[in-house]
Amino acid sequence: MALDSNPKQDFKIVGTRVPRPDGIDKVTGKAMYGADISAPGMLYGRILRSPHAHAKILSIDTSAAEQAPGVKAVVTSADFANPGDDYFRDIRDNCLAAGKALYDGHAIAAVAATSKSAAKAAIRLIKVEYEVLPHVTDVDAAMAPDAPIVQEGRALENVPKGMSQNVTTHVEFGHGDLDAGFAKADKIVERSFKTAATHQGYIEPQACMASLGADGRGEVWCCTQGQYMVRANCAEVLGIEASQLRVISSEIGGGFGGKTTTFIEPVALALSRKSGKPVKIVMTREEVLRATGPTVSTSMDVKIGMTKDGRITAAKADLRYQGGAFPNGTVEFGAQAAFAAYDLEAVQTLGWSVMTNRPKEVAYRAPGAPTAIYAVESVVDELCQDLGLDPLDVRIKNAARKGTLSAYGPTFDEIGLLATLEAAKAHPHYSAPLGPNQGRGLSCGFWFNFGGNTCVSLNLNDDGTVGVVEGNPDIGGSRASISMMAAEELDIPYDKVRTVIADTSSLGFNDVTDGSRVTFAVGLATIEAARAAKREMCSRVAKIWGLEEDAVTWEDGCVKPAGPNAGEHPPMSLAEIAAIANNTGGPIAGHHEVNADGAGVSFGVHLVDTEVDPETGATKILRYTIFQDAGKAVHPDYVEGQMQGGAVQGIGWALNEEYIYGEDGRLQNPGFLDYRVPVASDLPPIETVILEIPNPGHPYGVRGVGETPIVPPLAAIANAVSRAAGVRLTELPMSPPRLLKAITENA
Amino acid sequence: MKYVKPESFEVASQLLQNESGTSRILAGGTDVLVQLKAEMVEPDLMVDLKHLPGMQDITAENGGYRIGAAVPGAVVGEHDGVKAMWPGVVEGLELIGSTQVQGRATMAGNLCNGSPAADSVPALVTAGAMARVHGPDGARDVPVADIPQGPGKTNLSKGEFITSIFLPARPDHAGDAYLRFIPRTEMDIAVSSAAVSLVLDAAGTCRQAHVAVGAVAPTVRLVEKAGKALEGSQLDSDAIAAMKTAVEAACNPIDDKRGTIEFRTKTAAVLAERAARIAYSRAGGQS
Repeated sequence: MALDSNPKQDFKIVGTRVPRPDGIDKVTGKAMYGADISAPGMLYGRILRSPHAHAKILSIDTSAAEQAPGVKAVVTSADFANPGDDYFRDIRDNCLAAGKALYDGHAIAAVAATSKSAAKAAIRLIKVEYEVLPHVTDVDAAMAPDAPIVQEGRALENVPKGMSQNVTTHVEFGHGDLDAGFAKADKIVERSFKTAATHQGYIEPQACMASLGADGRGEVWCCTQGQYMVRANCAEVLGIEASQLRVISSEIGGGFGGKTTTFIEPVALALSRKSGKPVKIVMTREEVLRATGPTVSTSMDVKIGMTKDGRITAAKADLRYQGGAFPNGTVEFGAQAAFAAYDLEAVQTLGWSVMTNRPKEVAYRAPGAPTAIYAVESVVDELCQDLGLDPLDVRIKNAARKGTLSAYGPTFDEIGLLATLEAAKAHPHYSAPLGPNQGRGLSCGFWFNFGGNTCVSLNLNDDGTVGVVEGNPDIGGSRASISMMAAEELDIPYDKVRTVIADTSSLGFNDVTDGSRVTFAVGLATIEAARAAKREMCSRVAKIWGLEEDAVTWEDGCVKPAGPNAGEHPPMSLAEIAAIANNTGGPIAGHHEVNADGAGVSFGVHLVDTEVDPETGATKILRYTIFQDAGKAVHPDYVEGQMQGGAVQGIGWALNEEYIYGEDGRLQNPGFLDYRVPVASDLPPIETVILEIPNPGHPYGVRGVGETPIVPPLAAIANAVSRAAGVRLTELPMSPPRLLKAITENA
Repeated sequence: MKYVKPESFEVASQLLQNESGTSRILAGGTDVLVQLKAEMVEPDLMVDLKHLPGMQDITAENGGYRIGAAVPGAVVGEHDGVKAMWPGVVEGLELIGSTQVQGRATMAGNLCNGSPAADSVPALVTAGAMARVHGPDGARDVPVADIPQGPGKTNLSKGEFITSIFLPARPDHAGDAYLRFIPRTEMDIAVSSAAVSLVLDAAGTCRQAHVAVGAVAPTVRLVEKAGKALEGSQLDSDAIAAMKTAVEAACNPIDDKRGTIEFRTKTAAVLAERAARIAYSRAGGQS
C-alpha cells in the first residue's frame, strides 16, 4: 500500500469549484431549518422574559396561566435538575433564571399551549414579583469597587483581592523586559479604546422541537452548531442520560459561533416532559438580540514603543472584556492573539473578565481576537503615521515567522504571515491613488484554529457510490468539502459521494462546529476513513487473487498487483470491488476516530480604502482586498465566501453595529432596523487573494479559514477612517454621530 | 380583531366612528402589519380601504396629479408624469423600505403613521400637497403639512381617513429634491432629512423656495425663514449660509439611539444645502 505521509500536492478534485450539494434545496425552499420540523399533537412554547436588567425574583405565580385555555404546561427553573458543575449550572440558569433576573430579556418561565395565541395569552397571566436591583452594563463601571454585583462568589483565585466581585478571571501572557524595551524606543504611543458588543446576526433565529416521554427517552430537532453539545447540555439540565436523548441537527441559517450553546432546547424538553407532547419553540428576532449571545464589549489600553526605522521595541496591552451576566473566558483568547502577528523581544498582555447585566456572551468568529487586534493595530498604524513609515514595511519588518517565540508562548512552525504581507505589498490595490477625504488602512489578523474530537464513517455502496457520515452541522460548505476529499482520496467522481450529518445516536462524539475545525479535522478523519476503506479493498482483492496483502496496491482508483511477481491480474475498481463485497466478507466501510491536533495557526491581511464625508461623518467602503493563507483551499468558492463574509461582519462591527443600553439597563435596539448589519449596497466587491502554504498537520495541507477573516477588518477600517478623517478614532463603532463629533472637535 | 372590507367610504367612516376600541386602517399595511407582528398594537377593528373607488388611481387634475391613498410607491415611481413634475416627492417615497415594501407602501400611509422621520412627507410639505380627508361629515381638503401632530399622532378626527393626495401644477423652471441621512445606504429610517422645492425665474434666481426638514422635531417642519433666505438668490454662499442657520434654528430634535441632537441639527442643514443644489439644477438653474 503506497499511502503518502507528507501533504499531497497534486489534486484532481480538491481545489475545483464543484456544485454545492445543499444548493438546490436552499434556493427552492425545500431545505429543513430548525422551525420547519413539526409533529402530531405538537404544542407551541413561549418564554416570559425579564423586563428588568437586574432583579430578585421574589415569587412566580403560574396558577392563572396553568388554568388558561389551551395551556398544557408551565415551567420555571424549578423544573430543571441540578448539574454537578458551574458550566452546566450557568447554562441552566441562563435558560430559565433561578432566583435573580440577570439582564433585560433573561428567561423567567415558559408555557406550552395548543396554539401560538394561547401561549402568548398565557404568558401574560404569569405573575412575577420582582425586587428591582441596581444594575451595571458598562465594563469599566462594572469593575469599580462599588459597582452592583451581578453574581457573588464567582471570581477565580487569580483575581487580586479588593477588586469588584464582577471581575471573575485574570490572565497574563508575554516575555522579555518591558522597561528596557520601552527605553530603546524613539517613539511610544499609548491609547485607550472601547468597543461595543455586537451580535453574530445569523439570519435564522434559534428554533427547536423537543419530545421527552414518560419513559425518559427524548428527541430534539434543532438548528445548532453541535448536536452533541446540545445533548450534553440538555442531559445535564434535565437530569437524564445522554444515551436516552437523540439530537438531530437541522439545516442551519448561520451560526458564526452563536449556536455553540443552548437557550431553548432544555426549556422545550421540560415543557414536553410536563405536558407529554412534543413542543416547538421558535425565537423571535427580538428574543435573539435580547437573550442569545452577543460578543464581549471591551475597554482596552495599548502601549507600543518603536524605533525610527520601524522596529517594535516593547508592547503592552491591558484588556477588559465584559461577557454578560456569567463568568466567561474570552479575554484569554484576546490576550493571546493581541500581538501574535509580531516577533517581539518584550511583550505583555493582561486580561480581565468582567460580569455585567447583559446577556451571556457566546462565541463569535475568533472570539476575543478582533477587538484586541483592533487596539494593537490602531497603535501600530499611529506609530507609522508619526514616524513617517510605510505601514506594510513596518509589519513585514516585525512579522512573526517560523521560529518566532509568540507573544502567547508557543514557538511558531510554518506560518503564512510574511507571504500574505508580501502579497499585499505587491498587489495593485496598495499603490492605487487616493482622492480627497479618502484613506487606506490595513491590519494583520490571526486565529489559533482548532482540531478536536471527530468521528467519520465512510460506507461503500454496492453500486460503487460512497456515503460519508460525519457529525458536524454544515455551516460553511463542509458537506461539499468532505465529499471532495473523500472523492479525491478514493479517486472517484465527486458526484459519487454523498455526505450526511449524523444525529447523536448514529455516530460517536464530535466537538461542535467551531474553531474553524471542520474542513481540517473532519476532512482529515474522512481521508483516514477512506484510507481504511482502501486497505480493506486491497485485502479483499488480495484474497480474490490468492495473494498476500502486500502483493497488491491502490493506484489510480483501482487495486492492482504490486509488481510483476504478483502475476497478471486486471485492475479492480472501487465499483467492481463494492459490487461483490457481499461475497468477499461483507460490506466495506472505513472509520476514523481522532482528537485531531496540528490545526495550524492562520494569518490574514486586510487592505481597505474608505471615504469619509466630513459634513456628515458617513463612511463609505471604496475598495477591500483580503490576503489569507488557506493551507489548501479545498473548495475555493467557500474559502472566498468565508473571507468575504468575515470582512462584511467586520465592516458592520467597525461602522454601525452595537448593543445600545439605556439608563434603565434595557436594550434599546433589539431589531435589525436599529442593530445595523451592512446591507448589500453598503459594500464594494471584496477581492480575495488565497495563499496556499500547506499545513504540515493535514494530509492535504488544509488550514481552517473561517475565523481569521473577521479579525483584521475592525483595525483596517479604523486605520483607513482615521487617515481619511485626519483624526485617530478610538471607539467602535465609528458611527456617523461619533465620527462627525471627532472631526468637529479636531477642526 | 375584526377585519372589515367596507363597500363605501361612508360605511368605512361609520365603522371607525362607532368602534369603541382601537382601530387601524389598512392600505399598504407596511406599518400596520409590522406593528401587529411586533405585538405593538392589537386593534379591535381593521378597516381595509384598498379596493374603494379611486384608492388605486393616479389621475391628472388641474395640471397636477391626484394620487389615491392606496397607490404603492412602486406605481408612483413608474409614473412618468408625476416623476417629471415632482421628482423630489417621488424620490422621498421611493426611499421607504425595500423593493418588496415599495410594492405596497403608500404616501398616505406614510403620512398617517405619524413618524417625524417619514420619508415621503417633507417633499409633500414643500410641494404644498393637499390631502383629501373623508369623514363623518363628508370630504374636505387639508394641507399635508397640517396632518401630523406628533410622533404617531395625526390631526385627523375619529372616523376620518385620507382617500387621496393632490400634487398641484408646476410652473416652468421648478424643481424639488429630498435627501435623508441614514447610517447605511438603504433599508433604514432617516436620522435627519430635508426637502427643498424651488421656482426660478428665467435668469435662474429663486422666486419661491420651500424648505422642510424631517426627524429633527416632533413633526416634519416647514422652515419658512430658510425658504425666504433662498428667495432672490442664485444659491450663493451667503444665501445658503442664511438658509442653513435658519434650518438649524428650526431643529428641535431628541438624543436617541439613532443620533444626537447635535448630529441631527448639523446634518439637517447639510442635507438642506445639498437638496437645494439638486432642486436648483432640476429647475434648470446653472450653479
